[in-house]
Amino acid sequence: MASRTALRGLITGRGPARSAAAAFISGARSISSWWGAVEPAAKDPILGVTEAFLADPSPHKVNVGVGAYRDDNGKPVVLDCVREAERRIAGSQNMEYLPMGGSVKMIHETLKLAYGENSEFLKDKRIAAIQALSGTGACRVFADFQRRFLPDSQIYIPVPTWANHHNIWRDAHVPQRTFHYYHPESRGLDFAALMDDVKNAPNGSFFLLHACAHNPTGVDPTEEQWREISYQFKVKRHFAFFDMAYQGFASGDPERDAKAIRIFLEDGHLIGCAQSYAKNMGLYGQRVGCLSILCEDELQAVAVKSQLQQIARPMYSNPPVHGALIVSTILGDPELKNLWLKEVKGMADRIIGMRTALRENLEKLGSPLPWEHITNQIGMFCYSGLTPEQVDRLTNEYHIYMTRNGRISMAGVTTGNVGYLANAIHEITKSG
Amino acid sequence: MEDATVRPIGPSTGRRLSALARHLGGDHPASPSSTSEAAPMASLNHAIAPSHTSAFHGGSVFGNVVQAPEDPILGVTVAYNKDPSPVKVNLGVGAYRTEEGKPLVLNVVRRAEQLLVNDLSRVKEYLPITGLAEFNKLSANPAIQENRVATVQCLSGTGSLRVGAEFLAKHYHERTIYIPLPTWGNHPKVFTLAGLSVKTYRYYDPTTRGLNFQGLLEDLNASPTGAIVLLHACAHNPTGVDPTVEQWEQIRQLMRSKELLPFFDSAYQGFASGNLDADAQSVRLFVADGGELLAAQSYAKNMGLYGERVGALSIVCRAADVAGRVESQLKLVIRPMYSNPPIHGASIVATILRDRELYNEWTVELKAMADRIISMRHLLYDALRSRGTPGDWSHIIKQIGMFTFTGLNTEQVAFMTREYHIYMTSDGRISMAGLSSRTVPHLADAIHAAVTRAV
Repeated sequence: MASRTALRGLITGRGPARSAAAAFISGARSISSWWGAVEPAAKDPILGVTEAFLADPSPHKVNVGVGAYRDDNGKPVVLDCVREAERRIAGSQNMEYLPMGGSVKMIHETLKLAYGENSEFLKDKRIAAIQALSGTGACRVFADFQRRFLPDSQIYIPVPTWANHHNIWRDAHVPQRTFHYYHPESRGLDFAALMDDVKNAPNGSFFLLHACAHNPTGVDPTEEQWREISYQFKVKRHFAFFDMAYQGFASGDPERDAKAIRIFLEDGHLIGCAQSYAKNMGLYGQRVGCLSILCEDELQAVAVKSQLQQIARPMYSNPPVHGALIVSTILGDPELKNLWLKEVKGMADRIIGMRTALRENLEKLGSPLPWEHITNQIGMFCYSGLTPEQVDRLTNEYHIYMTRNGRISMAGVTTGNVGYLANAIHEITKSG
Repeated sequence: MEDATVRPIGPSTGRRLSALARHLGGDHPASPSSTSEAAPMASLNHAIAPSHTSAFHGGSVFGNVVQAPEDPILGVTVAYNKDPSPVKVNLGVGAYRTEEGKPLVLNVVRRAEQLLVNDLSRVKEYLPITGLAEFNKLSANPAIQENRVATVQCLSGTGSLRVGAEFLAKHYHERTIYIPLPTWGNHPKVFTLAGLSVKTYRYYDPTTRGLNFQGLLEDLNASPTGAIVLLHACAHNPTGVDPTVEQWEQIRQLMRSKELLPFFDSAYQGFASGNLDADAQSVRLFVADGGELLAAQSYAKNMGLYGERVGALSIVCRAADVAGRVESQLKLVIRPMYSNPPIHGASIVATILRDRELYNEWTVELKAMADRIISMRHLLYDALRSRGTPGDWSHIIKQIGMFTFTGLNTEQVAFMTREYHIYMTSDGRISMAGLSSRTVPHLADAIHAAVTRAV
């Protein structure tokens, strides 16, 4: 496979001559490392699951850990529209630096998805937007921007949320608070407590909202509930920052999945939004996303965008071009875009089908516990209600891998393993 | 975490709240009575409906944000693009151009790309936080038998520097980094935002247009024990002035004796001399003595992968177990920044580096780029000499890598931009990669005019 000669390190060359003589001549310290006090870091709770799964030799193992889509054979999927876009791009484009703010074409198409095809805000050029390193990168640049320009502000984060949200705002040095979201007893939304927290927060607080397909619970507010939240946000003059990582994945229809955002826009909020193509276009490793902030006018949008770029420049200079090219190729071509919409719906439908199958299997097994939440919840994840101890048993006894908060990635469920999964969950939970 | 008391709202938000309060006729909207849940939504909406023509209550929380100045380097290209003149020349950003003035995608990169596209078994899954493992090994694997390096794929040179600096700010006992004077314009911001404080050491000597070696040694010697020192591995940006091998050895001895921590920025390996190994000498000296160092590598220029953002951060440690722990902590820096790095560029690099034939082809194409730049140096030098342009211009052929630090001042640069449509950074740096045999005479004319005009 790899040629031995080529395996020498590009920069460090062949192995160092570590003779005692060399050390003496060079005067290098022969004692301890500067990093002796560096503690081993805890494994990432989500990505560590896949690592453990890969290391497991069992033929029955099931990975319902990380939120990456799998087809019904449990295989990763590259969408046909993406393959076609790549064929068109490969060999024909140069690899010059994108501007600091990223691909203008890709940003424009991306904003249409969130704000609406004919959005007046786009026409009026009121949206400050940069291409970002997927959803993570969009959130991080926003957090840094918030810190720089509103250093007294905090961020309210739902309980629970994607674990990395806490890391992002922490590393940006923005203080965090939480607000009620998930209601464990009903495995649904704790709407009353959520509204209380919104009302009790100081005016002008910043809130992180999942636009659709909440991660990890799969619990979304209804349209009516979103309207009430939006109204209360108006009253309190709160800032709404939407993390939209699953547009298209929740209902299968990107327009429907943007409903919450559209409600806030109609109500006049000046929102911020993080968008990602990791899941809905299957571009995970390409790191393609967008950060946008709706401003009062074009002048302000220009100013805000310039400042967002100032945050990007000392972080990575400019964003990667390949994934952006794929996105703009697809969304800029009506035929490819239609193909994409079809494929997104296909993925969402398969997941909805697996929800139904898992619930039916559990009910058929005669499980004493309620499982409607599996089909009530939406998007890639199901918050099963399993305890960490139960999850550990699933892993140790049945080689089923999921995060210890009981989150099941439905994308990892197939017709081939849903029976096994249901059976295992039943065995673990039937005695209560 | 902050304490439980509510922080005061910032001044601009306060103004906006007052404006809102006045707009609503003095009725403070935060009062509970207007937000009863029992009230019908429709009537409440009517009470606080925004007007059609204005934004929501006119109150952006970012209303106080002023426009940032253009990036001094990238801004040059922005200005160049706006210029309609047919004789304009872009000598700003360090991106290689062919003799025809076109960007270049290396043949070997096209071949690697085709291999990737045609391989239907490839997927687009997330890379691990640390990036593509094979890419990391091939980029910076020191002694395989020793395994004492932690290498993580990052977003080109900038990303590697930033991640390394954030790691140092979290885990290293010294928070000061010494950077050469001058250096790449983005360096100070990268380190400052990562949480380090930035000081400088003497590097460039304007009188000789060469290295101020004495000053460099003095300043490093005067720095506190354990301080971090940024070193350009080769082809110093912006000056093109590099220490000799003998001078590197002296630098190494001084730094090791003061326990200064080297942080190499290697953005031009292969571009300085045309030879990858020769250009890595400085780093290898520091690896060979068994000591520790950081190295940020970029494939933007030497593989022409600019926009793909491919690079690697290596932290060479004393021992393998240390390297393992360091790697785990690097992940904690990366995860809240962008989770994991982009796959495409790294796959291209790995495809090339792992295959002897592709690797060799790369070295040939790389040498050709470096050679073209060297020939541009000679062309420009000869052109100035033949015009009798006053001054000693030998630094043009002595300096190394993509850039020449001309010695022209900001007024002269502005003159050249205005009158001759030459675009370059105001510090007098020109990217030789942007020159061709066709445009050298025009540049020589511009320099001659700038230098000889009565101010």
